[in-house]
Parts: sequence; structure tokens; C-alpha cells
Amino acid sequence: MTTATSVILDAQKISKRFGGLLALDQVTFSINAGEILGIIGPNGAGKTTMFNVVNGVYPPQEGKVIFRGEDITGLPPYDVSKRGVARTHQVVRPLGELTVRENVIAGACFGRENLSLTAAGRVADEVIDFVGLSPRKELLASKLNVAQKKRLEMARALAAHPILLLLDEVLAGLNPNEVADMLSVVRKIREQGVTILMIEHLMHAVMNISDRIVVLDYGKKIAEGTPQQVSNNPKVIEAYLGDPKVAQRFLEGAR
Amino acid sequence: MKNLLNPFLWIILVVVVAIAAVPIVTGDASLRETLFLILMLVVLASSVNIITGYTGYVSFGNVVFFGLGGYFAFYLMQNYQAHFAFAALIGGIGATLVAVLIGVPVLRLRGAYFALATIGINEAMRTFVNSFEPFGGSVGMFFNYEVYNAYGGAKNALWLAYDGIVVVALVTIVASFLIKKSKFGLGLMAIREDQDAAQVIGINPVRSKVIAYAFSAFFPALAGALFFFKNGIIEPNVAFDLLRSIEALVMVMLGGYGTVVGPVVGALVYERLSTLLIIAPPLNLFGMSLGFSQLHLAIAGLLLLIIVLFVTAGFVGWLRQQFPRVRRYLE
Amino acid sequence: MLGFIYGLAAMGLTLIFGVMRVINLAHGAVIALGMFSVYLLTNRLGLNPYLALAFSLFIGLAFGIAIYLIAVHRVINAPELTTLLATFSVNLIIIGLGTAVFTTSPYALDVNLGTYGSGAVTILGTKVVAVLVAILVTAGLYLFLYRTRTGKSIRAVANNRSAAEVMGINTTAMLALSFGIGTMLAAISGGLMATLFAFTILSGTGYEVKSFVIVVLGGLGNPTGALVGGILIGLLEGITTIFIPIGWVPVIEYVAFVLVLLVRPTGLFGARA
Repeated sequence: MTTATSVILDAQKISKRFGGLLALDQVTFSINAGEILGIIGPNGAGKTTMFNVVNGVYPPQEGKVIFRGEDITGLPPYDVSKRGVARTHQVVRPLGELTVRENVIAGACFGRENLSLTAAGRVADEVIDFVGLSPRKELLASKLNVAQKKRLEMARALAAHPILLLLDEVLAGLNPNEVADMLSVVRKIREQGVTILMIEHLMHAVMNISDRIVVLDYGKKIAEGTPQQVSNNPKVIEAYLGDPKVAQRFLEGAR
Repeated sequence: MKNLLNPFLWIILVVVVAIAAVPIVTGDASLRETLFLILMLVVLASSVNIITGYTGYVSFGNVVFFGLGGYFAFYLMQNYQAHFAFAALIGGIGATLVAVLIGVPVLRLRGAYFALATIGINEAMRTFVNSFEPFGGSVGMFFNYEVYNAYGGAKNALWLAYDGIVVVALVTIVASFLIKKSKFGLGLMAIREDQDAAQVIGINPVRSKVIAYAFSAFFPALAGALFFFKNGIIEPNVAFDLLRSIEALVMVMLGGYGTVVGPVVGALVYERLSTLLIIAPPLNLFGMSLGFSQLHLAIAGLLLLIIVLFVTAGFVGWLRQQFPRVRRYLE
Repeated sequence: MLGFIYGLAAMGLTLIFGVMRVINLAHGAVIALGMFSVYLLTNRLGLNPYLALAFSLFIGLAFGIAIYLIAVHRVINAPELTTLLATFSVNLIIIGLGTAVFTTSPYALDVNLGTYGSGAVTILGTKVVAVLVAILVTAGLYLFLYRTRTGKSIRAVANNRSAAEVMGINTTAMLALSFGIGTMLAAISGGLMATLFAFTILSGTGYEVKSFVIVVLGGLGNPTGALVGGILIGLLEGITTIFIPIGWVPVIEYVAFVLVLLVRPTGLFGARA
């Protein structure tokens, strides 16, 4: 099945309800190959829930998730992973009692390429080097600090050689130097041909790095476009107006 | 399979074989009996280590497979004059099938719920067999001594049973090692650490867990078949004795869960400790004479408590934590 | 009728789970403890059995607090399984010591309060008193939890431990107390059973399983559910023994236990979140 503009991911009218709470309301967007799409929105807007639906952690009540032309709605996470989707978590989830190397090997073995342990080992060593964790390769994952754990999470996702990478707030809790480092890592990943969907709160960073942005508020998509377009969008400013500092930064960043 | 060439594995195997060979060479029957028990405990501990130590699912009731293997095999030997090795194998397969059948629904449970369910399963099986006439009900079954004639008499049969348990123990250790070093084993440990993250990575938890559970059932079933073949009698309270799998768990925790050599060390230490305590002179507390043999359970409990509170990783685990260089060599 | 007593024990178990998400595998041991303390106090010290019961209340409470502080507190924040193994090891220790001291022989309390009723339906006086005590204790528990300051603190800790801590509640004390109350209920139910039936050191384990079935049925952490569940089980037992030979009753109980765990782990009445 050929697609003219290679749309990697197509989220169509996704709705997700938890009991009485409508977390996602008919959210629709798509990403093209090689893009970096940023997802922003106030806390509780439904961003991580969106990831969970794409990833297969829970199925949506309505809507479809189409990955490279295939309907993957409702597939369990391990099937989604095998099709080439990798993901990091907002609150990192390292496999604590395993070493850094073992963590990344796991990512390589069970992902799209289904590698053997030896082949996965080679991939793991490359990726660990790429994210700069080589000196800590043999340490237990639980012994790393937060920034290092985030790199590990990233490495584990990358080791699967994904086609689509979902990054959930990779910059949270990092100091400005670490943020700059992480951003250059993300750019390098994109240069290798990976399509990236990233949730971020750090405005400057996400505006800087994204090709396009989708804005969610209370589960609805309220804006979509280039960083420039989005930051000038009155609806977006209004959504963030509860936090005047952010609105201010928006306006300044747009100039 | 280059894993089979791993020197560490061969060191363990050689040590076990060397020790196990002693009674065969010397013909010492009482040493043989002691070693039979220890090797059997090694099998039980190593097996429960697969579902508990590697996969993180604490199975309190693993003895149910020991009992099932024993009963299936006994039934075949008693009623169909099956050869003990064949009967043991069938017992093993039977128990494994049960494990897969039960495993699929029960392994969906998490943590404590699963642990409780395994107790429920064992107790259900025990009380069921207790009323199940084809298996002898509460009286159980016992061999007509003629059964042993097929093996050249009872004495010979005991030696054969011993050979059997040595083989089973070695196979269990090898399997335990191969699993740990395999991609499958890595998947199990990922499930143990964080099942949801493991799913996101691409691991199918149900399939992996059920296979692990099947492994943890097969070897105890073989051991059970050999144990009851040797004893010539089987009854529900002995076959499905919850204490046995609890002790297996204590051995795993003592030696170090998630390692290959941990359960072996744990089994050895626990058994020797118990024997020591049984022959020790009784304590005189509050005017009561407390023999250590009666305090068996209490001491197991105390050991477990200390381990759980202070040294969760067990002996081998602790070594691996304190000396990271050793980690690679002490599996 | 016995269901009330079962419910009492189950309430103890579910309380501990509701407050600190710990499954107390020493539950059976404490029930046995209750039985034996009433026995010893009555036979060795010559107390009135119901007075002994009152004492066993405090014994149960004290034991629970001790168990919590020694075995559970250190690992309270560890994964569920650690606390499971910890309480389990306490269970082994208590039963082990108990077996060494009391052996597995049966003991019986001689309590005679006459019978009531006539003809086909006669009820033992002891049973009536037992049920009354159970109801009293349950009522007392509710009053405590909902009307007293300490009770409210416990409920706060159950709801959100860190918030309670911030509000100045001594969470450790509350946790220890809740555990103690849980074991107290277990001990009392044991003591009450002792006035009705003969018992051994191992009887507690049998009732422990019943408690688990009830707790899971009624919803983990839901005390009302536990009480109702207890009454249900009591009724069920009474009915099934008429139709099925006694040997099969435990099989059914255990199978039911596993099934409930599998099908409806949140119980019939819903567990606390």
C-alpha cells in the first residue's frame, strides 16, 4: 500500500473516557515521515493519555490509530512496539535490577527487528555511546540519577530502531545545559530518519525544535500549525492565560 | 549454543556431580538418602526461582506440581506397571499441562493476588485428592513390593531413584542457566522489574509468564515422581504439603533469587541448618523443653523475615551487589 | 450465625489492607493466638471466659502493634510482595513456636450457657453470646472509626498517607494502631470460636482462608463488605453441608477462593481504590 505523502501516524477522532472524565475528545492529527511534531497543552490536557492510546496501553472509546497505513487501534503495546513504535515515559521506568546495557539490549531484542542477544548487544553498545552513557554501561539502572535515567529510557527506545518515537517530557527536570544536550540528541535522531512525536512543557525548547505543533486543552485539539502560527493563536494564549508567565513568554517568543 | 560452553556452568555441574557421585562410589546408603533430599530441594528451589526469582511472581503453592507429578507417576506405576522413568516423564508432562491450563488465567493476577491464588490452588488440589477415590483418597496409594522386582529389588530401586534425581537436578540447573542467559530470560526479568514497561518494549507477558510457569512445574513434577517412587507410598498431605514450597521459597531468598547458583546454595544451607537443628539438644525455655525439630517452622520464618527485612537479595545476590566485578562470574 | 464471627475476622484483615495495602498473612496465627489466650486465661488463671475474651482483645491489639513495628514498618513502602513475605514469615514464626509449645493436639474450652429455643430449633447459649459480642465489637469499631478523632486520623492515613503526614498526624502510630486493631479483631474472633468449638494451633489457618474468601468477596479494604461477606459465607456453609459430604466443603471453599480472585478481584461490593 503506497501513500503519496508518507504519513507515518494518523490519529482519527480519538476519544477516551475514564469513568465520568472525558480525557480525549475527538482528537485528530497526523505526522509525516521525518517530522518532529510537538504536543503541548496545560496540565491534564490529555497529552500522555494520547500517547497511551497510540501506544496501545489502552484502547480509545472512539476513533482510529493508523500507523503507516495499518489500523493498529486497540493492539496491545507489545504488538505496537513490534511494528516500529517506541516510547519513553514521563516518569521514567528503568528496569532497575538490570544493568544499563541489559536494559538497552532488551529494547533492541524485543523491538521491531527482533534481534538475537548478540546482535542486540552490538546495537546496544552503539546506542549507549550515542546517548553518552558508555562509562556507566555496567551499572545497575537503579543507581543512575534522573538525567541519566532519562538518557537510558531514550537509549532503550532507540535501540529498537523505531520508525516512530514517542517522547514524553524528556526535558522535564533537566537543567539548561542538559536541556541543550538532549535537544541536540533529538535532532540527531531525526537526522537518522526517525519520526518524532514529543510531548513537552518547556515552551522555548519545543517551539525551537518542532516542525509543527498540536495544542491540546481539556482533551480537545484547539490549535495546530507551525510554532509561529501556534504562538500567535489567541485560543492557545487563552488556554495558558491561567499561567500569565507562560502567556508572556509565548508573546515574547513569537516576536 | 555457546551458552553451554560457559565455564561457570561447568564449574557448578562438576561440583554437583562430584558431590553426588560420592555415595555411588562408596555405596553409602545413608549419605545417599541425605543427598537425595538435598538434590530434590535443589530442584524445587531452582524451579520456583524461575517463576519467582526471574519473573517476579511469588508462587507459594508450587508444591502442587510436585504432588501432581508424584500422583500421576505413582498411578501409572501402580496400575500399569510403568517403568519409573517413563512414569516420571508422563507425570512431568501432566503437571506441566495443568500448569499451562491454570497459568493462563491465574498469571493475569498481579503480586499478592497471584501468591494467594497459588495457595488456593494447592489447597484445592490437596483437599480434592483427599476425596478422590481413584487416587486413594485420604489414605493415598502404596506400592505392592513386587513393583520393585522389575528393578531387581527394593535396594536397587533406591539406587536407581537416586541416579534419577541426580540427572533431574543437573538438568534443572542447566535449564535454569540457559533460561537466564537467553532472550526469553531477559524478557522474564523485564517483566519482573516493570511489566508495563516490558510490554511497551515489545515483550508479550502472558506468553512468557506461562512458559516460565510451565518450566517451574515440570522439574518439581519429575522430582515428585522419583520421591514417591522411592518411598513406595503417597498421600495427599505429604504430596501437597504447602510447607515444602514455602521452604523452597525460603531457600531461594536465602541463596539469592534470580541467580542460578543462589537456589542451590540456599537449598544446601537450609537443609544442613535444619538437620543441625534437629539433632541439637532442646532448649529449656520457661520450663518447657523445646526441641529444635519442633521449631523448624519458626526458624524458617525467622530466617525469611531477616532476609526480607535486611538482605532481600540473599547470599549470592548480596555478593553480586557488594562486588560488582564478581557479578559477571557469579550467575 | 457463625457468619458474624467470620465477618469479624474478615474485617480485621480488610482493615489492614484498606489502611496500608498490606495483606496480613499472619492473620490465621493471630486467630489461633486469640483462641489460646482465652483458653490459657480461663483454664490457667481461672478467669471467666468472657473476661478472658476482653483480655484477649488487648493481647491481640498489643501483638498487632508489635508485629507491625518489628516486621512491617521497615518495609511498608516496599512492593507488595515484600510485606507479604514479611507477614508470612511472622506467621511461620508464631505457628512454629505455637506448635512447639502446644503441639497440634486439640484443646477445648468448657463453656456452658445453656440452650434456648425448643423443638427443632435449639440455639446454644454460647452461640448467641458469641454473635452478640461480634455485633457489639463491630458497632464499637464503626463508632471508633467514624466518631473519634483517632479513628478519623486512621481513615485519613488510609486515604492519603503523605497528606495525613503533612497535616501533622503521626502516621507511624496510626499505622501501628490500625494493624493492632486488625489483629485485635482476628484475636477476638478466635476467642469467640474457642467458646464454641474445640481448636488446635492450626485451626487459625482454616479460618484465615475463610477470611480471605470473605475479604475478596466483599472487596479488599471494605469493612462492610467483609461483614456481609462473612454472613453470606456462614449461610452458605450452613446450607451446603446439608447437601454435600463434609470432605468436599473445603474443596469448594478453595476453588471458590481462586475463582473469586480470578473473576472479581474487586469483590462483590467493590474494593477501596
